[in-house]
Amino acid sequence: MLVGFIGISAAAQIQNQTDDGQWTMPAKNYASTRFSTLTEINTSNVKNLKVAWTFSTGLTRGHEAAPLIVNNTMYIVTPFPNLLYALDLTKTGASKWTYDPHVSPSSQGVACCDVVNRGGAYYKGRIYYNTLDMHTVAVDANTGKQVWKTTLGDINLGESMTMAPLVVKGKVIVGNSGGEFGVRGWLAALDADSGKIVWRAYSTGPDKDILIGSNFKPFYAGDRSPDLGLKTWQGEQWKIGGGAAWSWISYDPDLDLIYYGTSNPGPWNSDQRPGDNKWTSTLFARRPDTGEAIWAYQYNPHDDHDYDGVNENILLDLNIGGKMRKVLAHPDRNGRLYLMDRSTGEVISAEPFAYQNTSDSVDLKTGRISYVPSKITGFKTVRDICPAAPGGKDWQPSAYSPKTGYIYIPHNNLCMEFQGIQANYIAGTPFVGANVRMYAGPGGHRGEFSAWDPVAAKTVWTVKEMFPAWSGAMVTAGDVVFYGTMDGWFKALDAHNGAVLWQFKTGSGIIGQPVTYKGPDGKQYVAILSGVGGWSGAIVAGGLNANDGTGALGFLNAMADLPKYTTSGGMLYVFSLP
Amino acid sequence: MRFAAIGCFLLALTACERERRDLRPSPAKVVVFGDAAIQSQILPGGGAPRASVTNPFQGNAYAISEGQRLFGWYNCTGCHANGGGAIGPPLIKDHWIYGNEPANLFDTIVKGRPNGMPSWGAKIPEYQIWQLVTYIRSMNNLEPRSATPERLDTIEQSSRTILPKSEGEPR
Repeated sequence: MLVGFIGISAAAQIQNQTDDGQWTMPAKNYASTRFSTLTEINTSNVKNLKVAWTFSTGLTRGHEAAPLIVNNTMYIVTPFPNLLYALDLTKTGASKWTYDPHVSPSSQGVACCDVVNRGGAYYKGRIYYNTLDMHTVAVDANTGKQVWKTTLGDINLGESMTMAPLVVKGKVIVGNSGGEFGVRGWLAALDADSGKIVWRAYSTGPDKDILIGSNFKPFYAGDRSPDLGLKTWQGEQWKIGGGAAWSWISYDPDLDLIYYGTSNPGPWNSDQRPGDNKWTSTLFARRPDTGEAIWAYQYNPHDDHDYDGVNENILLDLNIGGKMRKVLAHPDRNGRLYLMDRSTGEVISAEPFAYQNTSDSVDLKTGRISYVPSKITGFKTVRDICPAAPGGKDWQPSAYSPKTGYIYIPHNNLCMEFQGIQANYIAGTPFVGANVRMYAGPGGHRGEFSAWDPVAAKTVWTVKEMFPAWSGAMVTAGDVVFYGTMDGWFKALDAHNGAVLWQFKTGSGIIGQPVTYKGPDGKQYVAILSGVGGWSGAIVAGGLNANDGTGALGFLNAMADLPKYTTSGGMLYVFSLP
Repeated sequence: MRFAAIGCFLLALTACERERRDLRPSPAKVVVFGDAAIQSQILPGGGAPRASVTNPFQGNAYAISEGQRLFGWYNCTGCHANGGGAIGPPLIKDHWIYGNEPANLFDTIVKGRPNGMPSWGAKIPEYQIWQLVTYIRSMNNLEPRSATPERLDTIEQSSRTILPKSEGEPR
């Protein structure tokens, strides 16, 4: 044990981040652990948690954002119309100001899966976030005045923005959404001062557009040929091939690398896009200053099931086989949790964390996943595909506790049948080509919340949920892990064994991200946005008709009973001990 | 006998409409708007303007089947699925924000609507928009049953009938 720690002290391990009791970026810290060192609320007293105050957003679509807490102020980014609320924590959440970016209502027509927003980031006196209609804004955190607003794309190309930015070395890193609209995916960096675009790295096309140069050293030989972003497509399909960067970014200051994933290729009907379709469903490591790609790894070449590669990458320094390694942990849509060497892009393990039957294994020599032939889709109907299109896990971010050493994964237990049909590209409209119907996976429950041991590469405990566990997770040094359910329960579990220690029924289903902070009175608070919606909750937020199971890209079939359990409505809940 | 003759005549008339086809429809872009279709039940001072535009394909089976094909071709399915809705609202429903009269639906497709419905007037020829209108109405049983096809396999099938059973259940 001791031998393993030689060369890297516990304090220097990337998961042991300093913590000032605030919440300034989406995943709490650059390592994306969503771990707080606060201990006032712990396993012995969490049962006494009470509502301290609430705040209504006045909106009824899905609320996926993590509130930010900086300088005794809470900032909330709402779903469309993407308002930014500033609440004064010294006055029990009284409103300070509201900023309205005046988002084009038409942008709601190019948001694949409800008009959500996953939140903002604080950096040097400003809040940065994205609007559905393709803008990044910088807002003065004190006054609520807009500092700059930069246009990044065009809704007439089917692009939208829903992700939360990460600010690294004075650059606001953002990406587009639209893997279901035939967009060409990209990640971009904006100068935090001026809002000018510093670089933009596409996911498809020639190497120069992807910012692949002489320093690009992917771990696996198959990824090293030039212009794979062109050559793994037919003709000009790469121009409408997806690879949107619509989710999380992590950053390792020592290696000076940012990590993020790209979305599924478009259209979903894979017979319409022969080839590996690089670099969709891919993990990229890039330099934050220049965007230059250092390595890449494609999780799902020629994706057949809408398995985006965008899920969170948690950066950890772990003792693997007696050797301290700089790794990242990524629970993929395909149901496997990838533990990767984040310096090189080598896959260390890729074991299933959710029930899956689409792949046999991942070859650790070639890095290539081996698909189950009978589950490959195209111009045909394939049944009993697990996981379904939203994956073993979708966007809902996991948390990691350095105390227990576990990753806490909110996830799905869904399967689907998939009928491939001809997709017709019309710019600004969906580009999918599939009739999908989802349903509960083995056991009949649709969600799970699991603790995963990244070193042993196996599940430690699992809590079953009736609905997909579509909220983020958050864990504290008090050994309590928090998440919410789509029927509105906000839960606190014992981080060691998953025992439910406390739960509270909020007004609507929860698909938000829990946060915790130290208030101006020195007490620890826990906050969560309630407000069902998102892809899984579209039936409620959008008033859809479940008689057509193919609605909401097939999710309606699995969620027909959700309206019996929850209604829509965005409300912030803040809890504390009495 | 006379009644029978009238009955035959009426039957022939409806049959005609059901089977009518325009063999060379104009590909022209939209020039007619269904502006006069009202969307409010409040009529200040009383009296309602009448819709000046009527659906040329009312009750036409060919238009409904063409509308169904075009509904996929123009990616209407991408937002409205097969009627259940997704990005956009469901089209099988009772409550219509902008009305479900043919002229209302025509307007909606041509002009678009503020919260995400694209404006298709410059993309889809007028006769195809009417075919889409007729199909959308048929989904809601607003077209004669005689002209309305069975719904798609994807609609109104309980998952029990075609989906694999979950583990633990007899197969």
